[in-house]
Parts: sequence; structure tokens; C-alpha cells
Amino acid sequence: MQFYIQNALGGLAYGSLLFLIASGLTLIFGLMRIINLAQTSFYLLGAYIGLSLVTHGWNFWLASLAGGIVTMALGLAVYSAFLHRYHADPLTSLLLTLGLTLILDDGILALWGGDPHSISPPAIFAGSLTFGTLVFPVYWLVVIGISFAIAAILFLTLQRTMLGVMIRAAVDDEEMTRGLGVDVNRAFYIVFAAGALIAGLGGLLGGPITSAYPGLDGELTPLAFAVVIVGGMGSLGGALAGSLIIGLVNAFGKALFPELSYFTIFVPVALIMAFRPQGLFGRKL
Amino acid sequence: MSARRRWIVTIVAGAALALLLPHLGVPTFFVSLLTQTWIIAIAAMSLDLLIGFVGLVNFSQAALFGVGAYAVAIGATRFHITGFAGGLVCGMIAAVVTAALFGLVALRAEGPGFIIITIALNQIVWGLAYQWVSVSGGDNGITGITRPPLGPFDLSSNTAYYYVCLAAFALTLAILMTVVRSPYGLVLKGVRDTPRRMRALGYNVWLYRYSALLLSSVFAGTAGVLFAWYNQFVGPVDLSLDQSTQFLIVTILGGIGTIYGQLFGALVVIFLSNELSSITQRWMLVLGVIYFAIVLYAPGGLVVLVPRLWDRLRGKRVAVVPAEHP
Repeated sequence: MQFYIQNALGGLAYGSLLFLIASGLTLIFGLMRIINLAQTSFYLLGAYIGLSLVTHGWNFWLASLAGGIVTMALGLAVYSAFLHRYHADPLTSLLLTLGLTLILDDGILALWGGDPHSISPPAIFAGSLTFGTLVFPVYWLVVIGISFAIAAILFLTLQRTMLGVMIRAAVDDEEMTRGLGVDVNRAFYIVFAAGALIAGLGGLLGGPITSAYPGLDGELTPLAFAVVIVGGMGSLGGALAGSLIIGLVNAFGKALFPELSYFTIFVPVALIMAFRPQGLFGRKL
Repeated sequence: MSARRRWIVTIVAGAALALLLPHLGVPTFFVSLLTQTWIIAIAAMSLDLLIGFVGLVNFSQAALFGVGAYAVAIGATRFHITGFAGGLVCGMIAAVVTAALFGLVALRAEGPGFIIITIALNQIVWGLAYQWVSVSGGDNGITGITRPPLGPFDLSSNTAYYYVCLAAFALTLAILMTVVRSPYGLVLKGVRDTPRRMRALGYNVWLYRYSALLLSSVFAGTAGVLFAWYNQFVGPVDLSLDQSTQFLIVTILGGIGTIYGQLFGALVVIFLSNELSSITQRWMLVLGVIYFAIVLYAPGGLVVLVPRLWDRLRGKRVAVVPAEHP
């Protein structure tokens, strides 16, 4: 029993980190048909920037936010300079984000070197909770809480604000939305920026769980993509459900079949593709 | 007529140069880089069959390539499959089986969905190679693969192996050029451009895509086997997403939908990354920037870009042909 609870909690914590990456991925894809491969590079860049700020004495949360703001600025720069021209052309935009990934990865390696950095959570959350024989880091709960809070903000924005209405309309029928006089381009910028911000801010937040090392982005990419496949492309609810499913499958896979752990995420992906190719919450593509 | 003759002259001259090169006193290192070029070109051509003629942007080409490489390595070190034909067949079968499995999953989606799924599939296979230490050797990979003799020829020298890879390249080029010009190839193009219309005409679109994927995997697997023998080592890097990216860069740089263009793409990428890596440690960054520029400004690849620049140099004005996109 303890084994299951322990891994379930770990899986949920990891899954809620995945949500920070996958929510941007799925929204950006749903709205502008851009597969942003650099999303996990934003996460890694955010982690490194945050880490550098923390070692300079910054507050953990401020540093994390600063990391997010830097990646947001970077994402906006790349989007407005190159990507916005290719929003209806998934292949070209994918290739551009791939090029961006190469550049970012090598830039990160140049600036921060190849050594892995472990990141410690802020002191008040550094301890563990103990229930009987069950011991787990408090920080897991903090990460789950923050991710759910961000998810709630995203949901409320999408469902309850004018901006959200415009975004949902543009996802459904971009041309008609433009025809009604909505500035869809502005929504594009906002969504791309939000995606980059959340991924970048997740970097330091997730740091105590994933740590930071070159190649981490490459390891997170398939997990984030699996989330989007399972949840359904373009669906925020799907991203949340998919994140938790992939997080749990990944945690139990690691614990039960350590040698095949990566392979276990193939199972939900294959099942979804076999029975519901559009994903749990996705619409037919 | 004259254009056709120019083509024939170019091909004959190129083939003669490729055949004579190892005897012209070029450094062995150069020969070795060229050998690598032939191998990467085979893999890139197999990818171009999918991207350029079926419209399937397969990000798991490195997985097919790498599975071929691992199969020959595991076969040689565990099961004593040390012959040339044995190793080659072993690698091909492994690649085809992997592709058959991938196709069942990935071809349920189209377009961007296919891309996303193949990215995930490739990384999953990488994860297996990286973590399934008892089979794959994990991060250390598998060493001690020796090049088997081909009939009476000993391939342990770089020059001998150069000719094997050159022959494999020429054969692949000939087969794939024939395939894409055959009636089957025409149907593939139809499936790429208007899948719905082809479906309405009674073609089994899924089957054409699936068969093209399997055909492509045969060559990707072959390239993987040749690469394993070339390096005499196999590691997770060979089937990483980075490797898939390299194939994709080679394919796009050469020119999508040409098959032969991939040779030029491979030449440029292999020699450029080698040159750059001797000049600067940040060669990946430089390569990334070059690649970015190519995608933005020359989506037709070198095959379109070079003749255009050449004509411009000679002061000819040419109509700008919009690059064909898959």
C-alpha cells in the first residue's frame, strides 16, 4: 500500500510539472497549428536562469518568475520575428522550432556547462511529511498545488474572460472569428507568450524534482508529447488529464520495470491511438 | 537534349570521381568522412521517400536506422551472426518490424498528429536503448563489432569499406528513383497531395502509406547496419532525436522530393559539421543557425538554391520558382 501511495504522489507531482510544459504545447498547437518543439527547451532555460539568480541570492519564487519572463521574452521575439508567418504551416514552423532547440541547447551548454545541477527547494518546504511509514517531500505537494493553481487560472481565463472567448472561437473557426472583427493575431501573441512563460517558470519550480542538466529537455519532450497525444491536441482539460496519466504511468513504470521505464509510456499512447486517435478530449483532426 | 546530355555527363563524372577518389592520394580521414556521407545519404533518401513523396514527416527515422544498427550489433556479439549477408538481413528485418509496429500506431493520425506521435515513438525507442542495459549496454552501447568480409573481400580497411558504402548508396539511389517514377510512386504522390480524392478513386490510402513506410525502413535499416560496421560501435546516440534531426536537416538541405538531392545535403552536413567542430566548440549552434536560415530562405534546398545562385552569378535573370512544399 505504501508503495502505491508513494509512487502515486510522485507521479502526480511529476505529472503536474508536465502540465506546465504540455499546456502551452497544446494551446499553441490548437490555436495556431505550431508544434513548438522548443517548449521543453524553454523549461530548461528557465531552470538555469532561475538557478543562477538563486545562487546570486534571489528569492526562489522571484527567480522562478524571472526565468519565466526571460523565456517569455525570448519566445515572443522568435515568434514575432519568424514563427508568426508560418502559423498555418505545421511543417515549416516545426522545423523552425527544431532549429531553435538546437541553438538553445547549445547556448545553454556554452553558458552553464555540461554538469548536472541539483536544485534545492526553498527552506520552508525542504522537509518531509511522515504519515506512519509513509514519507514524502513536502515540496511534492507544493508543486502539485502550484500547477493546479496555474491550471485553474488558465481555465478561468479561457472560460470566463473575453480573451478566452476569442481564443476558443479562433480554435474552432479562425477565419470566421477574423471575419467577425476579432484581432486573432493578438490572441496568437498572447497564447505563445503564455506558453513560453509557464514552461520557463516551471523550470525552477520543477528543478528540485527534475534537477537541471543538458539533455533534460530531450528527455521531457516525449513525455510532454505523449501528454498531448493522450489528452487530445488543443484541449486544456486533455492536457491536465493527460499529464496526470502520463505522470502516474511514468512513476509506476520506473518503480516496477526500471529497465523498461521509458517504454511504459508507449502503452497509453498506443491504446489511445488504437481506440481514440483524437485523444481523450480532442476533436477529430 | 543538351540538358539531358549535361545530366549524363555530370552523373558519369561524379561516379568516376567517387570511384577514383580513394586512389588520388586524398587523406584516409577524408575517405572515412565520405564513407559516412554515403551512409547518411542512404538514410536521408529513405526519409525523403516519406516526406517528399508520401507527405509523412517521420521523426522516427533514426529509430529505424538505430534499430538496424543495434540488431546487427546484438546479432554479432550475442548470437554469432557475423556474416555480411546475415548481419544485413538481421538489421533490415529489425527495422521493418519496428516500422510495421510504428505504422500501426502513427498512421492512425495524419499531418501534424503523425509528426507528434513519431517524435514520441522515437524517444521511446531511445529510452529503451538507454535504459535496457542488459540488452543494449545502456549508455556505453555495444562495442566489439567487426566488419565481416564480403565474399572474398576483406572490408577491414577504410578504402574497401568505402566502396561497399558507395555501392549501397548507388543501389539505393537507383531503386528509389525507379520506385518514385513507377506507377506506385505516382499513386504515392497522389496520396500526398489529395488523400481524399485518392480515397474516393478507390485507392487504399492507408495501405500505400504503410507500404511506403515499410519500404523506407528497409533502407533506413541498411544504413544503420552500414553505420554500425563503419563505427564498429553502437550507442543510444544513433537512435536519438538528434539523429532524426540530422536526417531531417540533410533531407531538407538537399531538397525535398528529389531523392538525389540528399547526397548534396549529406555532403554539406557531414563536412560542415566536421569542419566547424574543428574550428569551434559551438558548432551545433552554428549548424542550427544555418539550418534556420535554410528553412526560412531556401525551402527548396540546395538543389534549387545552387542553380539559382549560379544563374544569378552569370547574370542570367530567372523567374523565381516557388519552392514546392510537401
